[in-house]
Amino acid sequence: MFEYAPAPESRSVVDLKPSYGLFIDGAFVDPTDGDSFKSINPASEEVLAEIAEAGASDVERAVRAARKAYDKVWGPMPGRDRAKYLYRIARLIQERSRELAVLESLDNGKPIRESRDVDLPLVAAHFFYYAGWADKLEHAGFGGNPRPIGVAAQVIPWNFPLLMLAWKIAPALAAGNTVVLKPAETTSLTALLFAEICQQADLPPGVVNIVTGAGDTGRALVEHPGVDKVAFTGSTDVGRAIARSVAGTRKKLTLELGGKAANIVFDDAPIDQAVEGIVNGIFFNQGHVCCAGSRLLVQENVADRVLESLKRRMAQLRVGDPLDKNTDVGAINSAAQLERIRELSDAGSAEGAERWSPPCELPDRGFWFAPTIFTGVTQAHRIAREEIFGPVLSVLTFRTPAEAVEKANNTPYGLSAGIWTDKGSRILWMADRLRAGVVWANTFNKFDPTSPFGGYKESGYGREGGRHGLEAYLNV
Amino acid sequence: MSERVAVRKTYKLFIGGKFPRSESGRSYLVQSSNVSLASRKDARDAVVAARAAVKGWAGATAYNRGQILYRAAEMLEGRRAQFVALGVPGDEVDAAVDRWVWYAGWADKLAQVYGGANPVAGPYFNISAPEPTGVIAVVAPERPALLGLVSVIAPAIVTGNTVVVAASPSEPLAAVTLAEVLATSDLPGGVVNILTGAITETVPALAAHMDVNAIDLTGVIDTALATDLEVKAAENLKRVLRPASADHDWFADPGLARMTALLETKTVWHPKGV
Repeated sequence: MFEYAPAPESRSVVDLKPSYGLFIDGAFVDPTDGDSFKSINPASEEVLAEIAEAGASDVERAVRAARKAYDKVWGPMPGRDRAKYLYRIARLIQERSRELAVLESLDNGKPIRESRDVDLPLVAAHFFYYAGWADKLEHAGFGGNPRPIGVAAQVIPWNFPLLMLAWKIAPALAAGNTVVLKPAETTSLTALLFAEICQQADLPPGVVNIVTGAGDTGRALVEHPGVDKVAFTGSTDVGRAIARSVAGTRKKLTLELGGKAANIVFDDAPIDQAVEGIVNGIFFNQGHVCCAGSRLLVQENVADRVLESLKRRMAQLRVGDPLDKNTDVGAINSAAQLERIRELSDAGSAEGAERWSPPCELPDRGFWFAPTIFTGVTQAHRIAREEIFGPVLSVLTFRTPAEAVEKANNTPYGLSAGIWTDKGSRILWMADRLRAGVVWANTFNKFDPTSPFGGYKESGYGREGGRHGLEAYLNV
Repeated sequence: MSERVAVRKTYKLFIGGKFPRSESGRSYLVQSSNVSLASRKDARDAVVAARAAVKGWAGATAYNRGQILYRAAEMLEGRRAQFVALGVPGDEVDAAVDRWVWYAGWADKLAQVYGGANPVAGPYFNISAPEPTGVIAVVAPERPALLGLVSVIAPAIVTGNTVVVAASPSEPLAAVTLAEVLATSDLPGGVVNILTGAITETVPALAAHMDVNAIDLTGVIDTALATDLEVKAAENLKRVLRPASADHDWFADPGLARMTALLETKTVWHPKGV
């Protein structure tokens, strides 16, 4: 491995406050019962800030503020003016993208190269895209007078904090809804900086409200009777609980949940490109990706070649300081997630799969897990069935396209899939048969605001992105 | 000459293209006929038949599905008098035929209206297309027994789903007669399966069934039952269509919502290059 001098991104661009309140009705306020929790840097375990924990009464205040803004300001506002606020927000995100990217890497642990080059450009693009829809809804194919739903409760995960916020808030606001959003408890900071951006944009108070906290806060929010729409991205178990909690109400629900994607490599695939795709599929964002290609299905006659090449490539991955611009793989987001990854990896070894990681020095402090692959995995192994949500790849083999389809679909999930082959007709044949909402052929982990994203089966329902993403926020 | 003695019909279930009695051997007296009282086992058998039919039906060309559905409308029109004799008003039969024809035409059009190319910011081919969700459990509205039934079955199957339908418990004869229409329309066995009897018996089994992908609660009137079914459906994250409002106008333009609610969107990416 080449020696690289450290190339750290400066933290000075971020102005962290010691503590943050809740963002309700356009202002930062203290929580009613004064509870708080700490947000830490997962790469160093350093405390970054004290975050207010919203209780039921705070959620109540936020929902009331959102309702008032919906009734009085945002609902009646012409789409053309809503668009202009969203364009303002998109521009402010671009202008402050360095600050947001550094803060995202500090709070989440993801490499700065990724927050800078992937997350932030996509966040701004998402607001731009939906800004343009705000004054064109009657032309979106949902009938001549599509109406917003009302107040949206939105709960997002910690893997792409600001990007998931954008996926939730941009279409909701474009369609004329107001929102109360709860970020994940380990990654609240960029959502709170986004709240400042809303202030800077002079967004009317109450249109966006941000309540920080953990599971109890999220539950209070989605179960609040004043909410008309619930949108959740996170684990399938929590998604199930939310689906139960909205039963019998008039709340509309969209869910983007877990995945266990197959990344399928045929013997005619260009091996080097496929290996890049495999690495991107599972080690991008430390594998904290719901659509990660966590099951490699490789055709038996090229399995040895692919694995040899994959191991050589993995040995080049740089694991370490998220703020170093050379870093490929950053920190695991939390101690709890690290524990889950360890537990499932240990189960992989215990159940008889063979574990391999490149030689790799991990920092002493913080939460780290070396890129890992398991070979000799069967479909019955836990590491082939359960979402690990970490940099751990399970390798299985197949002989025929039909067997690849069978194995790829043999999961309750259905979020994404990858196909690597030089044969066009085989790509289309496979794509037709894979039960997954996104199919990447000869590429992986590509996202775009115009491209609908979401799952089949137990990966959830509804789509985010594109014209389809509007539907989740309109009464159609 | 004595008057001719009529041959009466036995009203049975419709599962996998066949007309079995309930495996439980039970029936109930309704509309002056003994109608099969379906059991939970019948519901599970119907799911097996519906699942087996998915591959062929979802894999058929859209043109072929449209042809078969149009054929069903022809058969329905031909049995107009029979439905009227069962007490279905003539204008309802007409509306049901027209509705079926309307949906039949969507088979090869919806993918263009509801999907398409996405202009992504990069050198990629990117296209989104709707696909069927799979096996759908449907609670048909209590009435109008024929128009309501047609209005929930046609939008589900035209896109390639297969259905297990709980017919109106109080007016099931139109449903069994519709099954006879479908059985003579080239519709593959198992695409539509119809259960008669108590929805409190069959539908909870369907709502909890792990091989059912979506549930349409349109005909559920009891709100406590609807909530219970939605809770059961959450176990494998079934797509849920909630009950229709009591004043729903079944004669009005239905729009696309019933079709799109039972579809998945698949997006395929491929790089462009030389």
